[in-house]
Parts: sequence; C-alpha cells; structure tokens
Amino acid sequence: MRPVNAVITKVVDETPTIRTFYFDTSFELIPGQFVMVWIRGVDELPMALSYENAITVQKVGHATSALFELGECDSVGIRGPFGNGFDIKNGHILLVAGGVGAAPLAPLAEKASASGLKVTTLLGAKTKEELLFRERFEAAGEVRVATDDGSEGIHGYVTQLLDDAKNYSQLCCCGPEIMMKKVLDNVAPSKAQFSLHRYIKCGIGICGACCIDGLRVCKDGPVFQGDILKKSEFGVYRRNECGERVMV
Amino acid sequence: MLSLTLTGLKLKNPLMLAAGIMGTTGGSLKRIAESGAGAVVTKSIGVEPKGGHSNPSMVEVDCGYLNAMGLPNPSYKNFQGEIDIAKEAGVPVIASIFGGCSLDFSEIAGALRADAFELNVSCPHAHGYGAEIGKNPELVEDITRAVKKATNVPVWVKLTPNVTNIKDIGLAAQRGGADAVVAINTVRGMAIDIESGYPILGNKFGGLSGRAIKPVAIKCVYDLYEALDIPVIGVGGISEASDVIEFMMAGAQAVEIGSAVGNNINIFNDISSCMESFLEEKEWTLEDIHGMAHKV
Repeated sequence: MRPVNAVITKVVDETPTIRTFYFDTSFELIPGQFVMVWIRGVDELPMALSYENAITVQKVGHATSALFELGECDSVGIRGPFGNGFDIKNGHILLVAGGVGAAPLAPLAEKASASGLKVTTLLGAKTKEELLFRERFEAAGEVRVATDDGSEGIHGYVTQLLDDAKNYSQLCCCGPEIMMKKVLDNVAPSKAQFSLHRYIKCGIGICGACCIDGLRVCKDGPVFQGDILKKSEFGVYRRNECGERVMV
Repeated sequence: MLSLTLTGLKLKNPLMLAAGIMGTTGGSLKRIAESGAGAVVTKSIGVEPKGGHSNPSMVEVDCGYLNAMGLPNPSYKNFQGEIDIAKEAGVPVIASIFGGCSLDFSEIAGALRADAFELNVSCPHAHGYGAEIGKNPELVEDITRAVKKATNVPVWVKLTPNVTNIKDIGLAAQRGGADAVVAINTVRGMAIDIESGYPILGNKFGGLSGRAIKPVAIKCVYDLYEALDIPVIGVGGISEASDVIEFMMAGAQAVEIGSAVGNNINIFNDISSCMESFLEEKEWTLEDIHGMAHKV
C-alpha cells in the first residue's frame, strides 16, 4: 500500500515527553500492531497504534521532534497496520509496561477487559509524570506502579513488581529491551509475549533490516513468544541502520 | 530432478535468494536457505558501513514495489560472521558486493570468504555506485577483471536494465572474465504522494521490482542468452513456478527471487515442488527448458 493521508485532529500531551496524535482515519487494529508514519520530507517511523485512530509517541530523535512540530490540521502519511499484534488467550492477563511501551498495551487492556478477562498491569516509568495511560489501565483492572525515582509506587524498576504477581496465565510486555529481557529471564517464557523494537526500513517483510536472528520484527513480529526469544539475540544486541551489531 | 551445476557451484535447485532481500543478517540468510533456496545472495556489501537513504525506503505500488534503500550495509569488515552463519544451512552463499571503483571491489573480494561474488553494478539509486558504473562497458569490464584477479571463486555480474543495450554491458562483463551475468536489477521508477506533492521515497526516486518488471527482465535474459557464452541468471518479478519456467525458457540457467519473499517466506519450497510436478507432467528436464524459446 501507498501511504494513506491522515490529518491530525487532536494532539494530547500525555506526559512531559509523550504525546498522542489523533487522526481523521481509523484502522482495524489488533493491539500490538504498528503503522509506518511518514513525516513528509523528514523520515518514516514505525509507531504502535495506541487507539484505532491514534499513535502515542515519545520525543527521542530528529524525526519524532519533527512530528512534535505538527499540530491540528497538519497531516502525515500512514502505511499499515503491519505485523501480528498480541495473541490474547483466555485467563488472567498480566501486562508489564515500561515508559512509552504502555502505548500498545493500553488498547490491549481495554480489549481484554471488554471481553471479560481479568487484567492486571505493572506500570513503570522514570517519574510519576512519565507514567503513561494509568487511567486506561485502571479502568481495565488492578494497576501497580513503579518509578525509577520513587515519586510514585515502589522505588525501582517495574520488574521488581513481578515477584508478587501470581496466578496470571499470560503476560504481555512492552518497554525498553533491557527491562523486557529482565522480564523474560524471570517468567515462564512460553506464557509471555514481548513487543520488540528494531530499526525498521521496509515494514513489509522484504528487506530484512529488522531481523532478529532470522525473524522479521516487521512481519513475523513485532510480538514474539518468550520461548522463541529465549534462544535469540534478544537482549544481547540489536542492529543499527547499517546492519552492524550494537550491544543492548 | 532440479539440481544443477552453475558456474561450478552445485545447487539443489535453480532458485536463489536475490540480493537485498533478507540478506543483512546471517540468521535471515540461513532461514531462507533452510526454507528451500538453492543458494542465497547477501545484501550488497561495501568498503565502509553505510546507513542508506532515509525512509520511506520501500513502498508497495499497484504493480510492484519501489525501493531506494541506499545500499545500507555494515561493511565487509563486519560481515564475514554473517556469511559463516548463513553457511551453516549447507547451500552456497554468494556475496553481493559494491564499490565506487575497481579497487573497492577487489579489496572486498580479496577479503571476504564466500562461494561466489555477485558484483552490484546496477543499483539505480546510489550516487557514485551501482548503475552509474554499470552503464559504462569499460568500467564493468575493468571491475570484473579486477575482481577475477582478487579471488578464485566464481564472479557474477548483475546488470541494470536502465541502459540502451544490455547486451553491450553483458559482453563487457564476459570480456572481463565474468563466470555469469545476472539480469536484471530494478527498473528506475518514482511515486508521488498526490495529497502533498512529495515524492514518496526518501531518495525521491528508486527502483521498481515485482510483477511489473517481469516482461522487461524476460526480454533482457532472452537477448543476453543470444549474445553471451556464459550463463545468464534471471531475476525480476518472479512469484510463481510458471515465472521461473518462463525465465529458463528465455535462457536463464537459474533464477533469483526477491520481492515475492515478503508475502511468502516459504516461496522456495513452494516453487520447487510446483516445478517438479510441471517438469514431470511435461516429461521435460531443466536442460530441455533452458533456452527453449530460442530453439522452437
């Protein structure tokens, strides 16, 4: 598909560094799927859908900074949704979200809760102000919070909340790779799914730039079962835009 | 039934992964090799690490795909490990290499260990590389000769269709000592976003692959088969067994498959079993169909 024109209808400041951009276009969304967002004249980036008509973005580099310059009535080009998304099974679902990683998990919480599943969320961020979508997770079930600076919830990493989380039948996780690796190392891998971030170029499973070992993050992922990741490069290295290995 | 010897390499079938597809990591090359490819060709590798053009770098259009990746690669200095991983699958691994002059090419070919080299003198959208070299017969001949001196393994030259007469370039490669030519690389193309007027690709223009270019490629293979004594490897728009058979009838001894891998990662197994049934039904061999269109 060619990029579809999406006009920004609303911009919401979620945290000091994270904004949600609402579009006039909706997408049929499996939570965890992503879209390629083309900021014309600048770059095109993979972004998780946080609503069926919105993306939630953290300002981290030149392309996201350019996106943050855009407001109501400006437009971007969108390709997608791409990728597999989370596979929601029956039973108690534990969500583990770190920072902007909460973006694809919030629609998952809502979908799971609407279909009658018990949802518990472990929500982590650097500070209280950076906690993303807390209300959405609270509306879906119990929420436990961790902040790096201790300004809210427990003082430390969200992974520290894992020890007390019992009786869940599936775990869905999105956040910084180091945090996800910690989660993977501390849970039953076959019960856990992780949404990965890699440098994505084509977005449609052809070029192979985003491959983690032989798996295409853009097409076979971005969500992978823990047991597949267990024996992979996940948490060890990623690749830069040249394809060079960079330690995580 | 589908096995063959191509420029001295033993292949279990004539279906190879094309350069630029799933070719940056050893793991992805190995995955394709394990899913039935007769050989795999790596992403084009250069002298220094290169990040490529900004995104969008590939987009689907109504008749195929446009791409301008911009030769992103980790440099040959960081690539031997990936080739070695790919080799674990037990099929030949061909290193696609590019450079700005014959010295670049021979530096890489002298250092990398691969089963063959495919010289990318045909990428249509990288300034100073690819087709900017590959449209000039003298440069193609020089580079081919330089690489042949630098290595003992087979050297294939991948040709651009964006020239007046592809036979002249094929003949130049042959004079330089090429063991085979590969035809074709992508056809120059462009797409513009009508909502904004922006060219869609970050590089503004790029190369067209996929279904639309198959007839262009078939004609190039047909012409090269007539003009050259060395094998021709066909590539461009293959997604089914019938496409492969058509390429072989035009004169290709083997083929490479690229864009179609995106929607069917198991395409090599699928096509080889379809080809076997076709040949069985027709009571033909690979040799029978090779160049058949020239003999009927």
